[in-house]
Amino acid sequence: MTQTPVTTATVAAARPATWWTPRWSNWRLALVVAAVVLPASALTLPVNAAFWLSLAAATLVAVTAVVDAWGRRRGPLLVAPALALLFLTNLFPLMWSLGLSFFRYRANRGAAPVFAGFANYQTVFASPIVWDRLQTTALVVILTVGTQMIVGFLLALLFEKEFPGRRVLLMLVLTPMMLSYVAIGAFFRYYYEPTFGLLSQAVRVFTGRPFILLDTPARALAGIIVADAWMWSPFVMLLVLSGLVSVPAYLYEAAEVDRASWWRRFWTITFPYIRSLLLLALLFRTIEAFKIFDVVFLLTEGGPGTSTETIGVYVYRLAFQYFRTGESTALAYILLFIVVVLTNLYLYFVKQRSAEA
Amino acid sequence: MAKGYRARGVRQGGWGRTGLAAVVSVAYFFPVLWIILTAFKTHNDALATPPKFLFHPTIENFIAVFRRSYIKGFEAVDTGFALFFFNSIFVSASSVVIALAIGTLAAYGFSRFPLRGNDTYLFIILTTRMLPPIVVIIPIFLMFRVAGLSGGYAGVMLLYTAFNLPFAIWMMKSFFDELSGDVEDAARVDGSSETRVFSRVALPQVRAGLAATAVFGLILTWNEFLFALLLTGVGTRTVPVAMAQTIGGDIGVRWGLLAAIETLFLVPVIVVSFLLQHQLLRGVTFGTIKR
Repeated sequence: MTQTPVTTATVAAARPATWWTPRWSNWRLALVVAAVVLPASALTLPVNAAFWLSLAAATLVAVTAVVDAWGRRRGPLLVAPALALLFLTNLFPLMWSLGLSFFRYRANRGAAPVFAGFANYQTVFASPIVWDRLQTTALVVILTVGTQMIVGFLLALLFEKEFPGRRVLLMLVLTPMMLSYVAIGAFFRYYYEPTFGLLSQAVRVFTGRPFILLDTPARALAGIIVADAWMWSPFVMLLVLSGLVSVPAYLYEAAEVDRASWWRRFWTITFPYIRSLLLLALLFRTIEAFKIFDVVFLLTEGGPGTSTETIGVYVYRLAFQYFRTGESTALAYILLFIVVVLTNLYLYFVKQRSAEA
Repeated sequence: MAKGYRARGVRQGGWGRTGLAAVVSVAYFFPVLWIILTAFKTHNDALATPPKFLFHPTIENFIAVFRRSYIKGFEAVDTGFALFFFNSIFVSASSVVIALAIGTLAAYGFSRFPLRGNDTYLFIILTTRMLPPIVVIIPIFLMFRVAGLSGGYAGVMLLYTAFNLPFAIWMMKSFFDELSGDVEDAARVDGSSETRVFSRVALPQVRAGLAATAVFGLILTWNEFLFALLLTGVGTRTVPVAMAQTIGGDIGVRWGLLAAIETLFLVPVIVVSFLLQHQLLRGVTFGTIKR
């Protein structure tokens, strides 16, 4: 798989002898030009023009590097456009916001950023609000991921065997996770609605009074968790199911001959096959649930009060409603760190699993 | 194929299992079903207590999605939803096409010509997808404001391309990894150029994968909310944003109308995800888990 390709005998087309020869393949010169143009334009020109000029300089570097590598370095050339785009739209903005996190800056004011050192990080770490939102998020993550694991697992057990109509019914269960958060938010707003919502109507049969789910913190939290768990339990189910169907049938047949109990059969045969997938599902859902934003934003907008405001919603408010831009980037960096650690862990287990198989 | 599948442990259950699964599945699907039913109800039926299961279906809600009068008795005016649907389709389709082109090349590179630090690159790429969108959007928002990109199609398309790219790379890499390199080597021995090996040998073998990746990308982009909320203007608004604004906005408790918008928005997704069933696991885990 990894053998080197048969290299076509390409003789590099007379590369420049010196770094200052202006040629399309001279990326060193382009780099020097860019290194001069970038700071110069940033200092002298208005922000708008400087941005586009810097972009042009960066393009020049890219073009010359491509011309230089053409035919010689296949791997880097193939991945370069993708890496360049990701750099432009992800890494560069992230570096920018890392810079901003050390400045006192409000995006809705004209004032230039003022260097503040670690002040933003201090504010964030000392802020009781941040800790409170992190606690809310942790609670949501634990409850929603826990529910998803249990419901997903039970659903997988249901669909473990082949039966008539399995394909269609499976698809009905899998649908929620393909839907949009906005749609889910709108659904559940409708179902939780006090006067006409299905939930309130169902409760009214027993109590005779309308039921306002979202008016106490605990119940609003439950409302969010039900919506999120409904949406993502199928994800856990899908992973567990793929583990369940990979168990060789002869193991079950042998267990039947030995008259092993259901419980014993599960722990000694089934569980080893789904263990790694359960772990992966847990990690993946934890990462995703940690970022929870859309459902909360649309269902409760963090309310009542701020009782269901998760960290994602709080960063959004900090950045785009209170416009404490510097502080919000500092907080965003802390979130980023957590997600990077979790993603690393996830990939580690993915690799371990594929190595086992 | 079906036989091998069974031998791997999918045991037989009878019609009893079908009955149980049907009850559970329909109950699970019920929230979606109810929305679709509500979309066909008149205003009074939608608000009926107790809820009505039998009613005379009407399509007035679907018409009202596109044209309705804001004040009772006045002439119906365009609500702009036709434009929002066009925007959603246009932005998702173009960004998916670009992301797929760039991503497939990169995936082929990562799979066949590993770089030094290949796994590190792949890790960084996946991380950009796993990041909380809110983390990325703050600097992007400022950057786009400086560059004059916010509010127009170009900015959203650029961002969505980047949003789809990590997904396209990981998905396509997982498909390329499954191919044996032997066929490609045979073509090389026969004197095919590298370009030809890629376009005539490798690419046709992953056609199904390309289709699956494209459809998943379309669904992901179609559903995306936060980026669209912050970066689209009045003329480039996508359906999720318009829908969210409608929930909190002028239609109040016209649930039938809201359900009609949702139905139009969801049904394409439900239909195409049905076609994707076999690639679903790979798709929802960004190609990290194949089986």
